[in-house]
Amino acid sequence: MIHWPILSVITFLPLAGCVFIALTGGSEKAVARNARWVALITTLVEFVLAMIIWIRFDGTSSEFQFVEQLQWMGPGITYHMGVDGISMLFIVLTAGLMPFCILASWESVQTRVAEYMIAFLALEALMIGVFCALDLVLFYLFFEGGLIPMFLIIGVWGGKRRVYASFKFFLYTLLGSVLMLLAILAMYYAAGTTDIVTLLHFHFAPELQTWLWLAFFASFAVKMPMWPVHTWLPDAHVEAPTAGSVILAGILLKMGGYGFLRFSLPMFASASEMFAPLVFALSVVAIIYTSLVALAQEDIKKLIAYSSVAHMGFVTMGLFTLTHQGVEGGIFQMLSHGVVSGALFLCVGVIYDRMHTREIAAYGGLVNRMPIYAACFMVFTLANVGLPGTSGFVGEFLTMLGAFAVNTWVAIFATTGIILSAAYALYVYRRVVFGELVKPALATIKDLSPREIAILAPLVVITILMGVYPKPVFDVTSASVANLITQNKAALAIDRAPKLARGDVK
Amino acid sequence: MNLHADLIVLLPELVLAIGAMVLLLGGVVGGDRATGLVSWLAILLLAAAGTIVFLHPEPASAFKGAFVVDGFSRFTKLLVLTGSGLCILMAKEFFALDRTARFELPILMLLATLGMLLMVSASSFIALYMGLELQSLALYVLAAFNRDSLRSTEAGLKYFVLGALSSGMLLYGISLIYGFTGSTEFAVIATAATSGGNIGLIFGLVFLVAGLAFKVGAVPFHMWTPDVYEGSPTPVTAFFVTAAKVAAFALFIRAVVAPFPNLLHQWQQIIVAVSVLSSVLGAVAAIGQSNIKRLLAYSSIGHVGYALLGLAAGTPAGIQGMLFYLAYYLVTNLGMFACVAAMRRDGESVENISDLAGLSRTQPYFAFALAALTFSLAGLPPLAGFAGKFLVFGAAMQAHLVWPAVINIVASVVGAFYYLRLIKVMYFDEPARSFDHDVGHGTGAIMWGTGAISLFFFVVPGPLIAIAGQAAQTLFP
Repeated sequence: MIHWPILSVITFLPLAGCVFIALTGGSEKAVARNARWVALITTLVEFVLAMIIWIRFDGTSSEFQFVEQLQWMGPGITYHMGVDGISMLFIVLTAGLMPFCILASWESVQTRVAEYMIAFLALEALMIGVFCALDLVLFYLFFEGGLIPMFLIIGVWGGKRRVYASFKFFLYTLLGSVLMLLAILAMYYAAGTTDIVTLLHFHFAPELQTWLWLAFFASFAVKMPMWPVHTWLPDAHVEAPTAGSVILAGILLKMGGYGFLRFSLPMFASASEMFAPLVFALSVVAIIYTSLVALAQEDIKKLIAYSSVAHMGFVTMGLFTLTHQGVEGGIFQMLSHGVVSGALFLCVGVIYDRMHTREIAAYGGLVNRMPIYAACFMVFTLANVGLPGTSGFVGEFLTMLGAFAVNTWVAIFATTGIILSAAYALYVYRRVVFGELVKPALATIKDLSPREIAILAPLVVITILMGVYPKPVFDVTSASVANLITQNKAALAIDRAPKLARGDVK
Repeated sequence: MNLHADLIVLLPELVLAIGAMVLLLGGVVGGDRATGLVSWLAILLLAAAGTIVFLHPEPASAFKGAFVVDGFSRFTKLLVLTGSGLCILMAKEFFALDRTARFELPILMLLATLGMLLMVSASSFIALYMGLELQSLALYVLAAFNRDSLRSTEAGLKYFVLGALSSGMLLYGISLIYGFTGSTEFAVIATAATSGGNIGLIFGLVFLVAGLAFKVGAVPFHMWTPDVYEGSPTPVTAFFVTAAKVAAFALFIRAVVAPFPNLLHQWQQIIVAVSVLSSVLGAVAAIGQSNIKRLLAYSSIGHVGYALLGLAAGTPAGIQGMLFYLAYYLVTNLGMFACVAAMRRDGESVENISDLAGLSRTQPYFAFALAALTFSLAGLPPLAGFAGKFLVFGAAMQAHLVWPAVINIVASVVGAFYYLRLIKVMYFDEPARSFDHDVGHGTGAIMWGTGAISLFFFVVPGPLIAIAGQAAQTLFP
């Protein structure tokens, strides 16, 4: 094991980068150049740290690893950090996507560069903190703290309706999370601690569980987002700058799924079982309805946003099946979607930087002038559809396998979603990339620059690698998922026992 | 029993009282040119009083228990003294820039602070009322201090009339309580008022709580706050919002917790209602404001609502949360008002929210400090305000006040909207002309210091929370 606090370092290192950027002075140009490089180097170091964590991680154990614990807010509320097989890969995902975000903003962001990079680094610190925290209050701190930099990123560097979108994003998410805060407080007084490791073994009364589950659900369902509380997402995505969309789709949405995995399923087992049909219903509606909505979009970013909602539907469906395949599939789907949707937004960013429009109708025939771009875009489109051989397939297949084992109808409805996703994804790809290049504005459009190739090529490799060789991911998650399911079943057994006893008496 | 021992207990108050009188004499001799010196000496006096308060052994009591020194009084007195000292510093610089400096101002603030210290320590209704009136009379004058300004004189008059009305209600309540329990001493009342059966006593309690709610500016007795806060000169408003509010809250807490521990269920209902109404009204009414001081007035109504939730719990945890909330609220509002005081163009104060437009580009550090304070007031993690909300709402949940907690926290989301609007104006909008850079070192330091505390509080939150807990515990023998 490592004897230095690697999780604290990886969490707070970006803040050191922020300070460094804030302290440098000079001409505007020098500050901007300096900020870009500091941000890039910081995020690369973060990525290296994340890889060290992955390498040193013991996948055979379901225990929390790299644990740190210090006195913090008072009795029962400590600074407790650690990762297990469920959270570790999200840290890798976060640290992996950030350098791409910085690179993608290299030229497209020209105003207030230093502040932009500070916001992104602060956001990275908070996001990694979410996945490392082993104390509910600490988790909440990072979880909600992340709203502030994202609010600024959308509001300052966003598109035309940025103010509306940023407020909607903030207030929607805040309303969900304050209810979770009350639930956290209730748990604190019920259990005497907010330590996640302790709470995982604590048994809440079934009636209390129902309310706690609903409060957590309010927060995570908005974050995820699940139908019908998804409406903030298309607005936020459309208005956010490219890198903001990447983070939003790639990481922030995953916090909802992570929350379900970390809290709802193991801590409120009975309530999760009770509400599983509700989650299935909402997931299926999300999968079918938002896919249909995506089909009708004229704005590429909006289309990807709606497709994200649909894909997150698969995740929630998989998680609440509480089968090994379903849960692992849900985790894999989240990781895959993080890479693929992030990459899709980067692809949109590439043409947006050139044409400054996201209208699908403004494009057409790009393959004639941008063959490399067309190839990259195709890989990600197909991964989004869930074509075998890409990362999208593994997750969707496993979640449906899990759903099939629990409820055939859910699986059948979800499958139609895959067909619809093929429809909208291929339709938009045809309209943007194929056909004759007739629009005069596109006549001089240039193919990918070396910087853009450096961004998209690794993502293509990862997408395909995850599709053909998913084993490294499952090696990490398997033990923890198995442990989660055992814990859940054990908790259910406790809740059922008195009911059976009562039945016997009758 | 003997006078000498009593006076020792009263030492911080004596220092302030004698010091204020000496400064008044000095001021008369020196005239308005001596304002700077008088201000510094006043701050020195407050620091001396603070040191004595800090070192004074507790628990102690004087005048047959009418005046007590305990952990609770120590905690709130230190807050009040800090708030007063920084407000005098702010006022000194503010009025110097306005060229309306007068030496009476720091002395009036000292006298008001003296009243506040007495309020905080009062353990009988007579002592309480004396402290309250000493503070209020000084505050009425302070509100109207800008006597050439119509708004300021109007603020003073309104404050005086409505303050007198609330004092009347308070006195009526006290007289009923005296009539039905036979004493004005908290300890005696606590033993006499054992159950809720006595309707006359309940009436007295209602009037008492109404009068106290008036003093803290809680709905439905809040009508004076927006006008008075807007009309008074900015440092005076800061004084109202910080030191005066903390003292009024401390008085509120002691006056219901100490004499009526057995009537918890009676006063709890009133305070829950007042708390919920305040936070909802504060959140909704602030949305339409365009003047930043008025906005902060409504924001303070909302915060009164959240803080009262801790009192409504009626438990040590609730009082702990509330004391912590007061500390955070004092620090954050000192910073907010220092920022408002620093809003000057060409030497003239400006108070519109739109004047902040694009501040992040013209004065990025100013904007950053103000943004940190704003997010802290909105109660967002990881800023200090979150810890305050956490403790208060936690105590409410523990006391099974689930629905009031839910309504209050939803109101805080509505409230987040107008705080976000401040951020939006500063960060998203096109820049307006920048503010004057010379705002005084003290005001600048307050901005920076409070901003930094809000931002970095979460590194070591434990000690202050623990101290607030010990202070709260002394109210529950």
